[in-house]
Amino acid sequence: MTHVPDSEQTRPDAASAGSAGAADVPMVEAHGLVKRFGDFVAVDGVDFSIARGESFGFLGPNGAGKTSTMRMISCISPLSGGTLRVLGMDPASEGSRIRARMGLVPQEDSLDLELTVLDNLMIYGRYFDMPKKVIRERADQLLEFAQLTERAHDRVDPLSGGMKRRLTIARALISDPDLLILDEPTTGLDPQARHLLWDRLYRLKQDGVTLVITTHYMDEAEQLCDRLVVMDKGRFAAEGTPRQLIEAFSTKEVVELRFAPGQHEELAPSLAELAERQEVLPDRILLYTDDGDAALAEVARMGHVAQSTLVRRSTLEDVFLRLTGRTLVD
Amino acid sequence: MTAASGAGAPGGTALFRHGEAVTARRVATPMWLRAARYWGYQYKRTWRSSVVTSFLIPVLYLAAMGVALGSLIDKHSHGVDGVTYVAFLAPGLLAGTCMQIGTNDATYPVMGAIKWMRTYLAQLAAPLDVYDVLLGHLAWIAARLAIVVSIYLAVMAAFGIVYSPWALLALPAGVLTGIAFAAPVAAFAATQDKDSAFSTLYRFAIIPMFLFSGTFFPISQLPEWLRVVAYVTPLYHGVSLCRDLTLGQVGWADLGNVAYLCACAAVGYAAGRRTFARRLVV
Repeated sequence: MTHVPDSEQTRPDAASAGSAGAADVPMVEAHGLVKRFGDFVAVDGVDFSIARGESFGFLGPNGAGKTSTMRMISCISPLSGGTLRVLGMDPASEGSRIRARMGLVPQEDSLDLELTVLDNLMIYGRYFDMPKKVIRERADQLLEFAQLTERAHDRVDPLSGGMKRRLTIARALISDPDLLILDEPTTGLDPQARHLLWDRLYRLKQDGVTLVITTHYMDEAEQLCDRLVVMDKGRFAAEGTPRQLIEAFSTKEVVELRFAPGQHEELAPSLAELAERQEVLPDRILLYTDDGDAALAEVARMGHVAQSTLVRRSTLEDVFLRLTGRTLVD
Repeated sequence: MTAASGAGAPGGTALFRHGEAVTARRVATPMWLRAARYWGYQYKRTWRSSVVTSFLIPVLYLAAMGVALGSLIDKHSHGVDGVTYVAFLAPGLLAGTCMQIGTNDATYPVMGAIKWMRTYLAQLAAPLDVYDVLLGHLAWIAARLAIVVSIYLAVMAAFGIVYSPWALLALPAGVLTGIAFAAPVAAFAATQDKDSAFSTLYRFAIIPMFLFSGTFFPISQLPEWLRVVAYVTPLYHGVSLCRDLTLGQVGWADLGNVAYLCACAAVGYAAGRRTFARRLVV
């Protein structure tokens, strides 16, 4: 067995969880991380570091390499290149020890559909060798947390997608992990289920659990992530807090103009000078500017009559589309 | 309250204590045993019907083929190899049953754990490694075989066809026969994307083996070239071993049978380590 420095071997107790000593060791640290499948390069040399208690997001279109990165962090997929330390340990030689302190919520649920909600938690706790009594107590708390107490003795199969997702998260938390990894936690859920889930994840964040999240929902990233990277074609296109990214890659406001069909191409050149950046889409023209109302007034002064106008604040979605393009990726 | 110090602090949920919930045990349960335990947990849902089936099948077979058909055989040819037909048949069926259970449990359940229920993936997200997952599943199949063989031997005893204390060793022998199939079949199942290969496996390997490997009649009845084929099948060695044990006719050849079955299990396990890793660790 590899020798591990003392500071990493002993778990910080609750009181010192936020102390400087424990916080010094990054939860995840990657340098030049690469994942290849045959000739295809899914992750193409990325560097990042995630601190204790941080909530870190990977954004990107489908196929950007988010899941591959997550699977490497989760120590279920070997690296093709670069170095990776998770909880101060090497995934190649200590994957099992790392996973013992980590909770994983995969993209596709792997619940046991034939068994009850409670049994799913019991079984999972046994993988971590927790005594039955301890699992049972914790399961009760987690069911409460996931709002599944009433369904504890029901089979999993007929539960709704949101309930299954919450159960998967509760299951990942059974071993009281230091690090929770969520791969597209709310994909495929209806708005109510998503908001409930966000609320639960926000509570985890408040409790000091380090979260690593992939998503392609910008509102999700804005709500949950302290810091995020935008991934595209296996690389990081940008990195920062949601606010920093909006400042760096978009303007404060966006004016959306909709004209009669066919007018867009004709009007675009004259409108271009009103904004820092202009985007002409089939159904509307977007003007990126720091003062939306002023730009709109100028459009009116020029005598252009739009069918509809909208002035709004820039969102991460604008950043995302600028960095990863509007072309559909499949 | 800062995010990092929220845990355990007054007003915190006490749900996240960062490691306190998982108390260290004096002796950690081996990882493969944790995987095996899962299958046992699953089995608890269906154990009643499973046990009833493992009891009824030998009773029905031994009554119909062993006693009824056997009385004809005994009348006309004075038994087989010097014993009554039912005593000859029972250990053969025992080995054949072990082959079927070993194969069954290593086909659909393995594919399901990869593709449908994704049980293996759930285990791999926990501290288990891919070899623990394989070994744990095989260990569970061995445990289930042990249950079935025990019931089978009890039924044989009730029929009065257990002739020697050696028969106790038919328990491990039956388990070994089942694993000699389960290990290579699991290795094969992990390479498959569709279950259609399994019906081919049954049609061209398992059923012919069941019929022609000395289960129902001695392979001396077979033409020379088929006898050679039968001799290479693992089932022939399982049948011979179980038969020698329950009839109390143990000889040095049985060590050969054991070695052959162990070799099948070992080669299967080694292949399984490769195919499981290739399929699950990507």
